[in-house]
Amino acid sequence: MSTLHTVLTIILIAPLIGSIIAGLFGRQIGRTGAHSVTIAGVAISTVLSAWVFWLFIIQGHEPYNAPLYTWMVSDGIKFQVGYLVDSLSATMMLVVTFVSLMVHIYTIGYMDHDADYPHDNPYYQRFFSYISLFTFSMLALVLANNFMQLFFGWEAVGLVSYLLIGFYMKRESAIQANLKAFLVNRVGDFGFVLGIAVIVLYFGTVDYAEFFAGLEQHRNDTIDFGWGPVSMITAATLLLFVGAMGKSAQMPLHVWLPESMEGPTPISALIHAATMVTAGIFMVARFSPAYELSEVALSVVLLVGAITAFMMGLLGLVQNDIKRVVAYSTLSQLGYMTAALGVSAYAAGMFHVITHAFFKALLFLAAGSVIIAMHHDQDIRNMGGLKKYMPITYWTMLIGALALIGFPGFSGFFSKDSIIMATAESEQFGAGFAHLLLVAGVFVTALYTFRMFFIVFHGPESEYVRTHEIHESPKVVTIPLILLSIPAVLVGWPLIEGVLSGNYFADSIRVLPEHDVLREIYEHDYHGAFNMVLHGLMSVPVWLSFAGVATAWFLYLKRPDLPAKIQQACMPCYRVLVAGYGFDRFNEIVFVNGSRRLGEFFWKVIDQTFIDGWLVNGSANMVATAARNWRQMQTGYLYHYAFAMIFGLLILLLWAVWAIK
Amino acid sequence: MSVGYPILSTLIWLPIVAGVIVLFAGRNNPALARWLSLITAIVTFLLSLPLWFEFDRTTAAMQFVERFDWIPAYKIQYFLGVDGLSMPLVLLTTFTQVLVIASAWEVIKERVEQYMGAFLIMQGLMTGVFVALDAVLFYVFWEALLIPMFIVIGKWGGPRRVYATLKFFLYTFFGSVFMLVSFLYMYYQAGSFSILDFHNLPLGMTAQVLIFLAFFIAFAVKIPMFPVHTWLPDAHVEAPTAGSVVLAAIMLKMGGYGFVRFSLPITPDASHMLDWLVIVLSLIAIVYIGFVALVQHDMKKLVAYSSISHMGFVTLGMFVLYDIVESTGGLKGAQLGLEGAMVQMISHGFISGAMFLGIGVLYDRLHTREISAYGGVVNVMPWFGFFAVLFAMGNVGLPGTSGFVGEFMVILSSFMANPWYGILAAFTLIIGAAYTLWMIKRVIFGDIRNQEVARMQDLNKREFAIMTALAVAVVALGVYPYPLMDVMHVSVEHLIQQAMTSKL
Repeated sequence: MSTLHTVLTIILIAPLIGSIIAGLFGRQIGRTGAHSVTIAGVAISTVLSAWVFWLFIIQGHEPYNAPLYTWMVSDGIKFQVGYLVDSLSATMMLVVTFVSLMVHIYTIGYMDHDADYPHDNPYYQRFFSYISLFTFSMLALVLANNFMQLFFGWEAVGLVSYLLIGFYMKRESAIQANLKAFLVNRVGDFGFVLGIAVIVLYFGTVDYAEFFAGLEQHRNDTIDFGWGPVSMITAATLLLFVGAMGKSAQMPLHVWLPESMEGPTPISALIHAATMVTAGIFMVARFSPAYELSEVALSVVLLVGAITAFMMGLLGLVQNDIKRVVAYSTLSQLGYMTAALGVSAYAAGMFHVITHAFFKALLFLAAGSVIIAMHHDQDIRNMGGLKKYMPITYWTMLIGALALIGFPGFSGFFSKDSIIMATAESEQFGAGFAHLLLVAGVFVTALYTFRMFFIVFHGPESEYVRTHEIHESPKVVTIPLILLSIPAVLVGWPLIEGVLSGNYFADSIRVLPEHDVLREIYEHDYHGAFNMVLHGLMSVPVWLSFAGVATAWFLYLKRPDLPAKIQQACMPCYRVLVAGYGFDRFNEIVFVNGSRRLGEFFWKVIDQTFIDGWLVNGSANMVATAARNWRQMQTGYLYHYAFAMIFGLLILLLWAVWAIK
Repeated sequence: MSVGYPILSTLIWLPIVAGVIVLFAGRNNPALARWLSLITAIVTFLLSLPLWFEFDRTTAAMQFVERFDWIPAYKIQYFLGVDGLSMPLVLLTTFTQVLVIASAWEVIKERVEQYMGAFLIMQGLMTGVFVALDAVLFYVFWEALLIPMFIVIGKWGGPRRVYATLKFFLYTFFGSVFMLVSFLYMYYQAGSFSILDFHNLPLGMTAQVLIFLAFFIAFAVKIPMFPVHTWLPDAHVEAPTAGSVVLAAIMLKMGGYGFVRFSLPITPDASHMLDWLVIVLSLIAIVYIGFVALVQHDMKKLVAYSSISHMGFVTLGMFVLYDIVESTGGLKGAQLGLEGAMVQMISHGFISGAMFLGIGVLYDRLHTREISAYGGVVNVMPWFGFFAVLFAMGNVGLPGTSGFVGEFMVILSSFMANPWYGILAAFTLIIGAAYTLWMIKRVIFGDIRNQEVARMQDLNKREFAIMTALAVAVVALGVYPYPLMDVMHVSVEHLIQQAMTSKL
């Protein structure tokens, strides 16, 4: 067993051990014990992940693919648990463990007091146990070298997400939201499992390497669902993408993510912004060799992503809950990443995953810092003028916001601009339309981001702010903010060249030469990161984002009377946006009520009336009438009869065993 | 294989003899009855372990065989043995039984000796069903089993127990009569009651179809399959906790076991011809019953319907092999389906057993199983909440729990037979999660609903130990199913060979 193998095992297991100790023995070890042990576990993983990152990205180690143990073998198909480390997973590991570590530390401050729980309740320990368990699950997902383990990680992060959204389990809204999140994700998983089934059927394996190796041989295979043969690769990739739509909250499976904000803010940052929701993007990038073979699948991915990016961004404009603004922004940004995948710019999509992980975790944690200061009030209308009370939060959130809107030089600029350029360059069906949506989305992003930012920090102080003592959050909260704002600014610079040229993910992402728009950009338009920033200052998207900020400033600081007038002027538009385009209402009526009606019908009419009423009791009554005498005779003797019979049997069998021999 | 004592006979007769002793010695002495029963169950479990450790994983032949003439005039033999299909089920029985006895510890206050005695006798008979290799012996165990269960539900059951017991008895009795007729027919053909002789008995198509249908009725009722499933929710609702556990964890498995021990090897051609019947009914069980489970108000009914839905995977996995051959031209996937079905049976034993025990824990405290009577239980019973969520996740088939293994394998293999089988089977991912977690939401989570709930006590040590044992089993099988698969491989391969060899 090589050192690397041992290191990977430690990276994977350390958070799990921390989680088990904090979860099962939380009362015994107390609060300090719980956060120490979980932070230690995640810190070990982070340091070792940094080493792995150094080894694979800096040193250019060969991709490492090895089994840990054989889960089972059936029908000659080996189901193993193992590791695949290459540029893709090494990068994700570092992002996941680093953000997780920041969130662990931040949580000490955030979860210190809780209105929902008495102080002696070990909710605090449980929370640490959950986020460490999440880290383990996410690492299992990222490190997977086969579909089975990927699915394990996929479902395990879903479980922790379920537990954490419902963390405030006394609140009806929280336990409604977590049920919804789990079920909507399960709709995605339904597709995911069927995608795996297609692969097992055609490739006879769940192993990535064998799957990739078989792609050439099976690329023209067809599958018949009853309406004639369709491309097998298209079917498999689209089914897998349904899974990605669930986890990465793409329309129409996005409905769970806004409500996931019922969970405590640290997990909104870790799970519902930085890591788990990007699992779908990671998965598609991981299977880029397969997606490359299906133009149909790529176009679907592209359009779903672009539509989500634009439409979800619009919803961010009408939210008043600070976390929901950030949540809709997450949905919108996930749409950008997905759209990148659709034009075969997987590297750009992953690049945005990385930058987004830092700046969005930063934004969420900064929002959480504001929420702490506001004593857990999340309505931005009750805030205002917080700049002077919480300078660290203010500056770090500004950094996050600038990164989010793609301000030239900030990390988000590089990744988002790559995606927008890629859609412009692409000849994929729908790329032109997608490009328009994404460019328009830039304006929307800047508008909702700075609407929130201005109202919270620059707007007139609200009644609440004036009458309460507002102060900056403690160090355990602000230090993670500062640490996260460093990569939120800088991480774009070293990565952009490798992403565009294709060198960074060369060993993991495969793009057909005719699809390779990033390479195209690299060869024709790219002249260094600094030039890109300069060039960006003159490009449409950047000007649109400046326009968005200016509009936000005008509407919410300069003329705060205007938004209400605009709302009045177009009431239907406003209603549609507030209702989130009616998805929730539709699901409620069609799926929730429909299922219950169907269940009632099956149960009451078919089971009870037809089967039981007519068939069973009907015939039973006939028999009963005929045999009434017989039954009356037996009543009371049955019990003796039973044991007499068994005893007789016993004697008989004993005789059979011993006497006859 | 031998372990120094006739292991299978011991596993059958030790509990039965002990049960009779408990019945007499335990009268007016409930403590003695309890301890004697528990010790018996534990000793039997320990004595059953050599089955696992001494089992030869390289042969499909029957192992630990005991064979004597019993009624020579009719060539009826006392013939016992296990292979990779039955051995895990025997261990499931001995394992579950320890928990079942422990679960009734303080709950049953009246006629303890009769209750305990009935369960011990039941244990012996259930083991007998799984290890009997003589059709008459099998039939005797199969039918005798109805009696103690009948008594347990009829005496310690709920208010509608008379209706439930009658329904249970009539349904199952109706089912097995036809089985007896087929046994007699085959005896006249084969000249023996040995099940292994039946396996090699050439049978014409008509005979096969009739025998298949006779078996089908018997096993479909037992599993139970749609539309002969309506006895199960009633029986569960009326049965005391331990009765439900035995019913769900072990007795339902006898139907699934019957299909692999009798139907597939004895009537391969009829199985091939009528596999659509089993598959359609299995898919109905998975989807239709899922919707029915969704709208239940009674927790036990909900879990009972969930059991039917999960057993649909068992029958589906067992009968997709013919369609796999037809659509892919090869056998790849058949083993996956059959082994998935077998694992699903074991896993369902753990999970449904745990869920019924959990409902029993709640019932012991509030004396109701209505979902609406609960709410916010986790606030007063955190450990119970932990286990409830864990087992719910098992029921939902989350990877890492045993519930995932069989479900996943059966979905994969049924997809190979026909994509639509896979699509309908995979629907359980959504509907199963919906009914299970909606119940969890209403019972476990939320604010404390009322004063009664506020007064509930968390698990005591005994309950904690029972839940822990099951939790370990569920997670262990989910994380490392390899050993269990390993035990089955050769027997399943042999079974596939039998099922694919025409007898015409």
